[in-house]
Amino acid sequence: LQQRRGIRLSAPAAVQVTVRDALNQALDEELERDERVFLLGEEVAQYDGAYKISRGLWKKYGDKRVIDTPISEMGFTGIAVGAAMVWLRPVCEFMTFNFSMQAIDQVINSAAKTCYMSAGAIAVPIVFRGPNGASAGVAAQHSQCFAAWYGHCPGLKVVSPWSSEDAKGLLKASIRDDNPVVMLENELLYGVPFEMSEQAQSKDFVVPIGKAKIERQGTHVTLVSHSRPVGHCLEAAAVLAKEGVECEVINLRTIRPMDIETVEASVVKTNHLVTVEGGWPQFGVGAEICARIMEGSAFNYLDAPAVRVTGADVPMPYAKILEDNCIPQVKDIIFAVKKTLNI
Amino acid sequence: MRKMLLAALSRVLQGPAAATAAAAGRTASRVMVASRNYADFASEATFEIKKCDLHRLEEGPSTTAVMTREEGLHYYKTMQTIRRMELKSDQLYKQKIIRGFCHLYDGQEACCVGLEAAIKPTDHVITAYRAHGFTYTRGVPVREILAELTGRKGGCAKGKGGSMHMYTKNFYGGNGIVGAQVPLGAGIALACKYFGKNEVCLTLYGDGAANQGQIFETYNMAALWKLPCIFICENNRYGMGTSVERAAASTDYYKRGDYIPGLRVDGMDVLCVREAAKFATEYCRAGKGPLVMELQTYRYHGHSMSDPGISYRTREEIQEVRSKSDPITLLKDRMVNNNLASIEELKEIDVTVRKEIEEGAQFATTDPEPPLEELGNHIYFNEPPFEVRGPNQWIRYKSVS
Repeated sequence: LQQRRGIRLSAPAAVQVTVRDALNQALDEELERDERVFLLGEEVAQYDGAYKISRGLWKKYGDKRVIDTPISEMGFTGIAVGAAMVWLRPVCEFMTFNFSMQAIDQVINSAAKTCYMSAGAIAVPIVFRGPNGASAGVAAQHSQCFAAWYGHCPGLKVVSPWSSEDAKGLLKASIRDDNPVVMLENELLYGVPFEMSEQAQSKDFVVPIGKAKIERQGTHVTLVSHSRPVGHCLEAAAVLAKEGVECEVINLRTIRPMDIETVEASVVKTNHLVTVEGGWPQFGVGAEICARIMEGSAFNYLDAPAVRVTGADVPMPYAKILEDNCIPQVKDIIFAVKKTLNI
Repeated sequence: MRKMLLAALSRVLQGPAAATAAAAGRTASRVMVASRNYADFASEATFEIKKCDLHRLEEGPSTTAVMTREEGLHYYKTMQTIRRMELKSDQLYKQKIIRGFCHLYDGQEACCVGLEAAIKPTDHVITAYRAHGFTYTRGVPVREILAELTGRKGGCAKGKGGSMHMYTKNFYGGNGIVGAQVPLGAGIALACKYFGKNEVCLTLYGDGAANQGQIFETYNMAALWKLPCIFICENNRYGMGTSVERAAASTDYYKRGDYIPGLRVDGMDVLCVREAAKFATEYCRAGKGPLVMELQTYRYHGHSMSDPGISYRTREEIQEVRSKSDPITLLKDRMVNNNLASIEELKEIDVTVRKEIEEGAQFATTDPEPPLEELGNHIYFNEPPFEVRGPNQWIRYKSVS
């Protein structure tokens, strides 16, 4: 990581860092900081990671700290959870969250519920991480979004980063958390560079779990999103700004526990709400946000019903034209905003 | 005169007429025991035990076991405590004071007691839902087990876990999902190896669970990474209502680990279990990797309290096991026949045990249920307090860790 100094020495030394490198840094820093932290998963060690997230780590830390597993999700996830019960701090990688379905019993019944069932006697300080949601042309079995599935369960924390700062800060926070955390990354974001402030480059930089971030201030409508669609919301906001519509864009960062207070405060200000997510509409993240807005103080400030923009309610098709129309695009967000503002 | 009295009573109480003499001898026996010198008993005895079937092992556990008087009394008391605790649970369940699932361990006592005798308190144990015996041997008092079953705040999990979710130091339950505890156990073993503390993990599962895919995934990783994990199949011949012959293409559960060496052990003999476990823990601690142990055992009760246990097996079969292979009777006979204890002494232990169980049951039926405030607690560990939603948006519970 090279810091390029600006001409004015007082300017902060921000750098462009891809999400991949941000995650790599987070893992490196946490492996160094706490010897109980270790990484396991398919191809994480000698292959440098299926998506190169763990590049260089096996070489630096060796077999004990970075472990290649056989293709046995249920088995190695259970092993990771068991290790966490004895106060190791595993980072369990799923090559994609689609494969986590094979191990979901261990995530929910062994990890999420154990602290409660044991009345606090047993903690499970584990992180489950990997790419979630749609990629590009990988078809139905490899494109599902699990935010709603994992977000449903008490005992879990679920985070969903968008930017490099989110990725690094949330992964560090997740590893340091004494509870099971599901971190839903996005494969299409891995190669995207984001600016990282000097503060974010620090080894102690963490993003608090459970706090949303307002990426863009606005007055006419609140756009709430998580993961890659946050970028689409910002693009939509830029287009709409030219038409005089100022969108407030909220990056949830955490699915569970959800920071609904930030959303409510924003809706009180803008009076309009559009939720945007990659997952399917039924029982999704947007559905939860709408329900909670109805139950809370912000309902009386809505001038129109809340609107959801989601993935299409079909298994993901392969052909590009079909796939493109199954994912919420910038035009879909703009359309939804205009509908809710009645313009 | 006193010597004659002592000799006479001694003959009477050591003979087969002991039972009939018991009533007459009860008051006399107290005097007897008080005045009898414990040097009258042997301090230890050596027993021949059944040879274990071996898989991929050149040598197996010893075929003789030495048991001291103290050990014998301890094993007896522990097994009897578990037996009576399970029978009390049966009673409480029928009175509807225990609800939900209740899987009883009576018949299998030699397994948990034999295993505990071979390991250290710093070793680790994880099992499935038929867990009350292990919960006790790992250190949870009877009253806390019974109070957990009755869902009271004095239960070992404050009433939040119930029968299948009891934990204590180095005991990880109590797991409800069949087979899921096996990878967890290997993970605990991985942590043992990671920390380099020479500890092992006993990972138990039943004959029914032995057919779970995740167990084979775990065998593979445990062998690959030489984890100090001892896989123990408690084969009680039935997975719920399905006999082993109807569930498994191979009922040689000790061979199922294939490339992992295995032992088949008489699970009704506490000494057999102990010697096999000693062998296994030595093997694991030497860094040789995992082992599979099959304990051939039997449960007197059905699968759970909802299962009478006689639709898939005969009453005759149950009776036969009770009369010929009961683990407590086996131990008692050994001790009495080898002058390690007297029948009276063992009966006194029975009385003590019965009292302990009664007190435990008394506590379990009178202790209050957990307060409603407990509902939201322990969602997370080491977390600042937050609010949890109840059945509607206006009902909130505080969650404290």
